Amino acid sequence: MTRVKINELKPLKPRFEVPDVLINDPPTEPLSLLSRDENGVVLSLGADSQRLIVSAKPFRLDIMEGREVLLSLNSRGLLAFEHLRILYLDWLLSLLGPSSISLDFSLPGVENVYGIPEHADSLKLKATDGGDPYRLFNLDVFQYEVFNPMALYGAIPVMLSHSAQRTMGIFWLNAAETWVDISSNTAGKTVFGQMLDYVQGSSETPQTDVRWISESGIIDVFIMLGPTPTDVFSQYASLTGTQAFPPLSALAYHQCRWNYNDQEDVAAVDQGFDDHDIPYDFIWLDIEHTDGKRYFTWDPHKFPQPKDMLQGLLDKRRKMVTIVDPHIKVDSSYKIHNEIRSKGFYVKSKDGGDYEGWCWPGNSGYPDFTNPEMRAWWASMFAYDQYEGSMENMYTWNDMNEPSVFNGPEVTMHKDALHGNWENRDLHNLYGLYVQRATAEGLIERSGGVERPFVLARAFFAGSQRYGAVWTGDNAAEWEHLKISIPMCLSLSLVGVSFCGADVGGFFKSPSTELLVRWYQTGAYQPFFRAHAHLDTPRREPWLFGPENTALIREAVRQRYALLPYWYQLFYHAHHSGQPVMRPLWVEYPQDTATFSMDDQFLLGRDLLVHPVTEEGARGVTAYLPGKGEVWFDVHTFQKHNGAQNLYIPVTISSIPVFQRGGSIIPRKARVRRSSSCMEHDPYTLFVALSPKRFAQGELYIDDGHTFNFDKQKQFIHRRFSFANNALSSRNLAPGSQFTTFSWVEKIVILGASKPSKATLKTHDGKESQLEFEFDASMSVLTLRKPGVNAGLDWTVVLQ
Amino acid sequence: MSCALLLLLMSLALAMGTGAAVEIQRPRGVPLSSELENKPFTCLDGSSTIPFDRVNDDYCDCRDGSDEPGTAACPNGSFHCTNAGFRPAFIPSSRINDGICDCCDTTDEYNSGATCQNTCREMGRKERESLQIMAEITKEGFLLKQQLIHEAKRGQEDKQGKLTELQGSKKGLEEKVEALRTVKETAEDPEKEAKERHLKAWEEQKELLRMEKDKTRMAECVTVGDIQRYFRLQSHLELDPDSDGSLSETETQGLLGGADKVDTSTFETVWSGIKDKYLSEGQSEPPAPVETPQEESRDFVSDHDSDHYPEDYAGEEEEDVEDDEEDDHDEEEEEEKVPPTVQTPEKREDDEVSMPPYDTETQSLIDAAQKARDDFDEAERALREVDDQMKNLEKEIGFDFGPSAEFAYLYSQCYELSTSEYIYRLCPFNRVSQKPKFGGSETNLGLWGQWAGPEGNLYSVMKYDHGQGCWQGPNRSTTVKLTCGKETVVTSTSEPSRCEYLMEFTTPAVCQEPASLDEVLHGHTEL
Repeated sequence: MTRVKINELKPLKPRFEVPDVLINDPPTEPLSLLSRDENGVVLSLGADSQRLIVSAKPFRLDIMEGREVLLSLNSRGLLAFEHLRILYLDWLLSLLGPSSISLDFSLPGVENVYGIPEHADSLKLKATDGGDPYRLFNLDVFQYEVFNPMALYGAIPVMLSHSAQRTMGIFWLNAAETWVDISSNTAGKTVFGQMLDYVQGSSETPQTDVRWISESGIIDVFIMLGPTPTDVFSQYASLTGTQAFPPLSALAYHQCRWNYNDQEDVAAVDQGFDDHDIPYDFIWLDIEHTDGKRYFTWDPHKFPQPKDMLQGLLDKRRKMVTIVDPHIKVDSSYKIHNEIRSKGFYVKSKDGGDYEGWCWPGNSGYPDFTNPEMRAWWASMFAYDQYEGSMENMYTWNDMNEPSVFNGPEVTMHKDALHGNWENRDLHNLYGLYVQRATAEGLIERSGGVERPFVLARAFFAGSQRYGAVWTGDNAAEWEHLKISIPMCLSLSLVGVSFCGADVGGFFKSPSTELLVRWYQTGAYQPFFRAHAHLDTPRREPWLFGPENTALIREAVRQRYALLPYWYQLFYHAHHSGQPVMRPLWVEYPQDTATFSMDDQFLLGRDLLVHPVTEEGARGVTAYLPGKGEVWFDVHTFQKHNGAQNLYIPVTISSIPVFQRGGSIIPRKARVRRSSSCMEHDPYTLFVALSPKRFAQGELYIDDGHTFNFDKQKQFIHRRFSFANNALSSRNLAPGSQFTTFSWVEKIVILGASKPSKATLKTHDGKESQLEFEFDASMSVLTLRKPGVNAGLDWTVVLQ
Repeated sequence: MSCALLLLLMSLALAMGTGAAVEIQRPRGVPLSSELENKPFTCLDGSSTIPFDRVNDDYCDCRDGSDEPGTAACPNGSFHCTNAGFRPAFIPSSRINDGICDCCDTTDEYNSGATCQNTCREMGRKERESLQIMAEITKEGFLLKQQLIHEAKRGQEDKQGKLTELQGSKKGLEEKVEALRTVKETAEDPEKEAKERHLKAWEEQKELLRMEKDKTRMAECVTVGDIQRYFRLQSHLELDPDSDGSLSETETQGLLGGADKVDTSTFETVWSGIKDKYLSEGQSEPPAPVETPQEESRDFVSDHDSDHYPEDYAGEEEEDVEDDEEDDHDEEEEEEKVPPTVQTPEKREDDEVSMPPYDTETQSLIDAAQKARDDFDEAERALREVDDQMKNLEKEIGFDFGPSAEFAYLYSQCYELSTSEYIYRLCPFNRVSQKPKFGGSETNLGLWGQWAGPEGNLYSVMKYDHGQGCWQGPNRSTTVKLTCGKETVVTSTSEPSRCEYLMEFTTPAVCQEPASLDEVLHGHTEL
């Protein structure tokens, strides 16, 4: 990794350098000088024969590996740095002039760049020649359009480049308004043109040029050199940290609506799920639950007894999320407002008074979350004795944290509003991260540091992954919005944010029944799975569309619950090593050019490929199964398909095309209950999908599902399942940890198997017993009946 | 599942421990019958037969889930709670040992660590109490209903009688109307003739008068100059042949045929040639322009449009904005309506003598015809009234007031419920509305649509729709749920979804014939 930092030597006043995003000061290594001449130096970048060539005139940096240039800085000479100047007319006020910065990057050999969320656009970024650049500026956008580079709610200034040879990353650490221009020498060419180039041995190698422009701050950029996608994820994680490990229940299904009207409504919806035998873990309350949009309070008529309501949910092992937005009603009878005002914690306007703007409660103040004292105070407001009516099964949602200011420019804060000494223009994109951080810290503190928090936020920045989940904001009940949910979450996944989802059903407007069903089927296989709807739309709880549709939605939700052990394990890895949960295919098949712009299907981890049906009236979908010489198994029918092919799959309204990679082992819990915590002690079914070489590997991760004990006290189980030489075994991957589970292995399903004569189980104490089995010869599926072994122990099953 | 087997299996307890497979434990004092123990179990769907020790062994062997009625192993199984003291029930087997007490007898949580209290007795007692209360209400309500049916029947008969009566009087009235029509027409013919005669005489006389007047006038203005002055011809540039901006005397002379003096007949000939032009030009003078204020107000409106983003959030204010726009519009229209102030020459000319009164003969004919007309009109009005009454009656009789017209008493009544913010008003078979308590206008929440209960219980739900439109949403509608009660009251209202209201309404009219109390209680507590 290479960091390039450019600042003024003696600025008139300090320029803003983004704090609190890097998890620590990245360790530095001395560069050894390889050679020098009058115009520059050649430095060695450690191992791998990588070199950095610094040229003075014109200024330029080239990063080389061997004979190849990996990346050049300022090769187009677009480096710009407006140093701070006093504007002549206003020198008495010492008003400073423009302070923008810019730098260009050239990526030889690169045709594909990704990332820089949040945009409602394709996964592969488009060349922006002749149009608007991609804009990064956190905004509350009303009814956003798809396939558009316009700025949305969050901003992560990280771009990945990828070619069959190498994956790299550029992390532009700047929180001001930022624009990214992309041009490519192949973007305009047709496929035929590219083929012609290839046949004729085109003189021109493909190249992508990128230019970053920010309104203020300094140039501080990290070049992550990969070379593999996994390496880039690790490199980025080493800078900004990894995904917060959510409570297991947060990976289950969430039922939201603006608004559930009152306690009776909440009870009725809760009962509706039981009456229709559909699992759910969280019910959400939007802004109407408060007393006049005063967060941390309850409407005294609609929610007179919040603890009774929460206890009712707790009795069913379910949870609630209430909304707490970062705009505070200016009202002298409101405790939260009075305290923030008296402590001077509000963002200030340029003339020094408290900045005020219009939002849901009417006139509102905006707490200065960039102030650590403010954040500590905010966090303390989540204590059970401060947030009246709250209980341990109540979590938090931070909406509007761009921040949204209805009467502000572009519906956000004025750029000259002051956060201490800094203008909002310097740190605008960072505000949302701080809000989510302060809230997450509050939830941790209220439990004495024991419980993992769950906080959903709409605005985010690089590093937000450490504090919870994000969603794609106020989408619409349209097929295009269902489709775009896939690239939007994939783009976030690539830059550290794994816990992403879109409002199931679409927020604005009312979905057709078919769209709603398809959205549940898609959402069930996306990380954050929450249905949500606008206040003005008709009700759409899953049972309101007739018994057939209720059954379809029930089935989609049940598939989610059965797969929770795998989801949990993927999130553990995202937390542990920064590898994304939801992945574009090219992440696992980096040399397969066919996958580079694919964004209508995706992988969960390495082992599940999902191609949701997102077309209205679809009779079939064409899924691409990657991997030459690999096989994939349909998880519903167990049908085996070869890799490296486009597979046409006829679909009905009940189809959710999902495939398990041959060579993998996936644990599920087949006993779906009404909430995830009801399934805690339930047994596992292992799905062993054999590779053509009759080999498979998988994992199982178990902990208590909700505390930090996995981290602080190493209380977890992490096991490796391996199938090789006709034997399936479970061995410990974390000998230093300890945890006991009641869960056991109830069934082992081996796909692509042949019929054994005997199946022998050997347990950890050396005992042997015979397992009964069934063999389905038409599908080559072997089912081992009830091994009964505890999921935390060593065991082996030998097939003969 | 056979009842005997079911009971037996329910009393089995399962032990589940770390690392150990689940085993069947025989509860103390309840031996498994050897006959059952040795007999293989066939899944209830017949799909397979398994050894008996695989029943309730916490592994799902039967596709229909029938081998695991006491465990959560089968995704499609169900568990039977005996619930002695209360009502027996089936629950999905996924609720066995999930840590949540579902069966009041606690039998679903035998191995989850959940501490459940047996609440069956208490629930049974409560249910009996409420059933008892309900039964009493139903009983009294049903009696009231009989009364309502009786009254409705009488009311219906009355209405039918009234209708028949009205039909009779209608026939009489129709005949009367026809008779009077003949009288009227007979009287109107001579009246018309007499009037026409009178009018014609008057027209002739008028023509004579006019000609005389013209002649006098012509005689008076004999010189071209006179004519020009009299008719102010200089200002009528449209008549100017050389378009030099004035109509000189010579030019007028030319228009009038060349002579410096004109006699009446010459003038008439020439005048009839230019008269039309002269008059029409004089009439078509344009109205005074009023443009400036109009444009200002337009700008004001469009400003609103371009700046409306925040209003999307402040939904309530949107209406105010619309009102403002309407006001602006009204002003514009008023300004446009400013009438032109130019007088037409024709009006000046219209200083005519009015028509002389009718002679007595004609007048008496007119009076006679007028009386015939009045009589006819009155008879027709009476007929219309009867028609209206009949229509209303027919409408009421035609309404679906339930199988025995038990809901008829609600017709043309209204019931109110006052909440913290609003007064809700239900006028059955007519409309539902909502009025803010503290000022503001009434909102229509729906007009009578139809009975909308489920099949077999159609008369349990009323649907009112096509109420006032919602901003960005559907028209308001209300569903009224009817339950049995002694009194006719609106008990609650809510808005479960935006602009879709729900009202609970009690009435004796939906009370069903009560089963005897014993039947109610015992029918539910038996296993």
